[in-house]
Amino acid sequence: MSMTPDQQMLEDTARQFFAERSPPGAVRANRTAGRSFDPTLWQQIGELGFSGALIPESHGGSGIGYRGLGLVLEAAGRTLCASPLLQSSFIGAAAVLRHGSAAQQASLLPRIAMGELTLALAVDETPHHHPENTRTVARHVDGGWVLNGRKRFVADGDSASLLLTLARIDTAGAESDALRWFLVPSATAGVTRQRLHTVDGEGFADIEFAAVDLGADAALGTASPTSWQDVLDVACIALASTMQGSAEAALALTLDHLKTRTQFGQLIGSFQSLQHRVARLHVDLQLARAAVTGALDELDARGHVTADPRLHRLASLCKALCGDALHDVSNETVQLHGGIGMTDVHDSGLFLKRARVLETLYGTSSHHRDRYARLAGI
Amino acid sequence: MSNIEEFRLETRQWLETHCPASLRTPMSEREVVWGGRNATFPSDDAQRWLQAMGERGWTAPTWPRSYGGGGLTAEQNAVLQEELRRIKARPPLYSFGLWMFGPVLLEFGSEEQKQRFLPPIVRGETRWCQGYSEPGAGSDLASLATRCEDHGEHFLINGQKIWTSYANLADWMFCLVRTDTRTKHGGISFVVFDMRTAGVETRPIRLISGDSPFCETFLTDVRVPKDQLIGPLNGGWEIAKRLLMHERTNISAEAFGNAAGLDLIETARQFVGLREGVLANTDLRARIARHRMRDEAFRLAVQQARTGHGRSSSAATSALASSFKVAAASLNQERCELLLECLGHEGLGWEGEGFSTDALRATRHWLRSKGNSIEGGTTEINLNVIAKRVLGLPDPV
Repeated sequence: MSMTPDQQMLEDTARQFFAERSPPGAVRANRTAGRSFDPTLWQQIGELGFSGALIPESHGGSGIGYRGLGLVLEAAGRTLCASPLLQSSFIGAAAVLRHGSAAQQASLLPRIAMGELTLALAVDETPHHHPENTRTVARHVDGGWVLNGRKRFVADGDSASLLLTLARIDTAGAESDALRWFLVPSATAGVTRQRLHTVDGEGFADIEFAAVDLGADAALGTASPTSWQDVLDVACIALASTMQGSAEAALALTLDHLKTRTQFGQLIGSFQSLQHRVARLHVDLQLARAAVTGALDELDARGHVTADPRLHRLASLCKALCGDALHDVSNETVQLHGGIGMTDVHDSGLFLKRARVLETLYGTSSHHRDRYARLAGI
Repeated sequence: MSNIEEFRLETRQWLETHCPASLRTPMSEREVVWGGRNATFPSDDAQRWLQAMGERGWTAPTWPRSYGGGGLTAEQNAVLQEELRRIKARPPLYSFGLWMFGPVLLEFGSEEQKQRFLPPIVRGETRWCQGYSEPGAGSDLASLATRCEDHGEHFLINGQKIWTSYANLADWMFCLVRTDTRTKHGGISFVVFDMRTAGVETRPIRLISGDSPFCETFLTDVRVPKDQLIGPLNGGWEIAKRLLMHERTNISAEAFGNAAGLDLIETARQFVGLREGVLANTDLRARIARHRMRDEAFRLAVQQARTGHGRSSSAATSALASSFKVAAASLNQERCELLLECLGHEGLGWEGEGFSTDALRATRHWLRSKGNSIEGGTTEINLNVIAKRVLGLPDPV
């Protein structure tokens, strides 16, 4: 499917907005101000219609679709912009749209579109992504649920107002195999969160759930054995869009350096060994881009149909390819900049740090290659 | 119903009638139809299929109708290709005329030349070969030295070409020649001639795979009529580069991708075996997974480029051609190496008893694949092109 004129315009608008309003250096400003993102910026993102991009107009959104919001995330990734856009506007909104009940959609979607309600995905409990080993437990009680457990490394966990939490269902004192998403307001009694200071300066937190009382409507949608994977697939595709943007921007930064830095009386970009290294990165990025585009188009084409093996495969494909590409580009960005690349004053390090965080979130490239291999039958 | 949906329905009906059932199956290398004066067909059905598609102009769907093409828009062509894939129809014709020479003739040829050469290409009546490389001009193609002199009535050509694919089977050659020795790129012209012309001699080259798809072509006092110069005298380099772009795109999209034969995953499962539900050799498994993922992404990229995804300036197409060529070559070589590794000793047969036909074919493919990163511009040359033309890096001093 080609990019429509609307999507092209959207991409131009988004790129210009993030470049002007939130260049990579804003990461340092946030660090100095001791905040994980700039609330004024988030408001402006909302005014542009980006925070409601997935949400249909009937629920107060702009209905731009997955590909459209993917282009916006990519633009945000290019400048390493920190905001709830990834967690809330893409992952959170998609989860509610794809799995939420009519009542949940009616109450949550308009507020997500406005940007006043922000969601964050609370899934991992150990240093590695193993959602099938989830130990956080939701016990079914009269008229509701009681949640117990601990989530770690929750992206945007320090600021999100609603935690989309993966938990194992416990009925009549017996833990089952079933996993399900719960909507947990972070202000609920029994929820404590501790801000983590990660290398990229974004708002990660560890979150403790101690006998948290939740209503019956806290469970997302109706019980289904596959919905928990679907939300993570969407999350991987959203992350991949962001990583694609960061990788392309890091490569562009490096190319600028190769075209301006002189040694041995010539531009270092004229050296063939360096040319071939960046040309190979470019080819890798083309493949990564095709995977992301394919996955976003698949989401748009299938509407909110879920539990699709093809989507599992595409999600792992683009998470791994974008992860690998960003990994390699971020290393080469430091190396090809030489001494200046090691310094805090230069943006190379910002890309490197953010790269590793995004690569690790919701499964490393290696994790997703393993998953892809299983899906392919080996 | 929209026009395009109407077109889809008509196309579907037409294909239903004209595409024989026997041609809706995977094709081996031996069943490829190359056309030409001495065309051979694996079956009567294959001949009927080429005839039907050729008459309709659908071997060259987007070429103008006035030159025998299908006159389809890009959108209609996308639908046609989808419908062909849907019924798994074999390509009716493989042809350097369709893939390389035709597109540049449409852009650079005179009206008379288009009328003369294009319709027989569409119908598969002329088989073309490519006279580009020379013994002394490989990656540095523009240093080519085959002399072409003006003898008033005609040109006289003397020199040698090499790596001429299927020159021994071709009817006509499009050929780069030197018409001015004083400048390098500005002294090259693009001519075409009949391979039956006196002084044209071909000799097949045996490759490590045992196959001989390439020839040496010797040109001794070959007389070429002057109306067979394409484009301006000494203006051949622009045409040469454009043709290379078509060649690279095509090599990537067609030639490597459709290698029939053993399936990598199936072969791995069968020969390496499973342990606890996954491939027993975890190192090999990881490398196969990595390969398959890049391969799937590449296929998506080709498909998106075909349906006009994103931006499509001619610079973008040229840029894509080199990236695709680099990726396609390495993916096919990787696939062949992995297949061989999965087969173990079974993959090391040359011929004869004791080895399955499939394994023998995989081994020959593996050897043939070593050419993928050399032919049509080496990987190194394509990386140069990407660095310079796409990434805008400066020339070496």
